[in-house]
Amino acid sequence: MRITCPHCGARDRREFYYLGAEDYLHRPAEDAAPAAWDAYLHLRDNPAGATRDLWYHEQGCGAWLLVTRNTVTHEILGVRAVDGEATE
Amino acid sequence: MPSLITTSALQGLVPVRHGALALTDATPARITSVAPFKGREADVAQALKPLGLRFAAPNQVVEAAAGRCVWTGPGQAFLIDADPAPLTGLAALTDQSDGWVGLRLSGPGAEDALARLIPIDLRPQVFGAGSAARAPVGHMLSVVMRAPEGIEMLLFRSMARAAVHEIGVAMAALAARQQA
Ligand SMILES: [Zn+2]
Repeated sequence: MRITCPHCGARDRREFYYLGAEDYLHRPAEDAAPAAWDAYLHLRDNPAGATRDLWYHEQGCGAWLLVTRNTVTHEILGVRAVDGEATE
Repeated sequence: MPSLITTSALQGLVPVRHGALALTDATPARITSVAPFKGREADVAQALKPLGLRFAAPNQVVEAAAGRCVWTGPGQAFLIDADPAPLTGLAALTDQSDGWVGLRLSGPGAEDALARLIPIDLRPQVFGAGSAARAPVGHMLSVVMRAPEGIEMLLFRSMARAAVHEIGVAMAALAARQQA
């Protein structure tokens, strides 16, 4: 499995650290209802197919990446820097 | 205060030689992390000009008499050897001199030895003059640079012994194959 880092190019999966679902980018406001915090902290979809999650290019440039991948085929469908432009 | 003797973290570990390859100490005299403040990128470029340098683009190292500037990540580069004083107030400057060691692998086949540890294409036609990369050396993160006399790697000072060991094993294995 290879992930194309927008800065470094195509790299092996071992260079990346996996954090989890894209949901981590959507932190509720401080005064949000408990249900919103419950969803943010605990509720995750578990799709058979395309999913988006956060990876960190730990052994490379140190960028946080938003990766779209297929959980069935393991195909990487798209990568972009959380702070930047799309590459695929 | 007693005056302490400056020694390299690589003292006694290098040079290492196997076949035609040599691993030597290439630790820079000075390393400064440079992260330009928002909107000051043009000023940083202007300040680097008199040094003959420019702020390195991704995967690039720029070399001049005063030193080098190598890309280390989004919005960040290392200024090597050169005095960072002209950049004061234009960028976040962090002295990293004591945090890293530099290793240079030189000789024909250096790329083949490092191919065992660094999972990127280091052949000269791909990783030629001016090329740099953030990439692992074995399990250790590194700044890898094409240099006039080979390939240089900046590695954490605390991992100097492990780095020399791992690269030495790769050099010995390659030399053994070439003898066979
Ligand atoms: Zn990267």
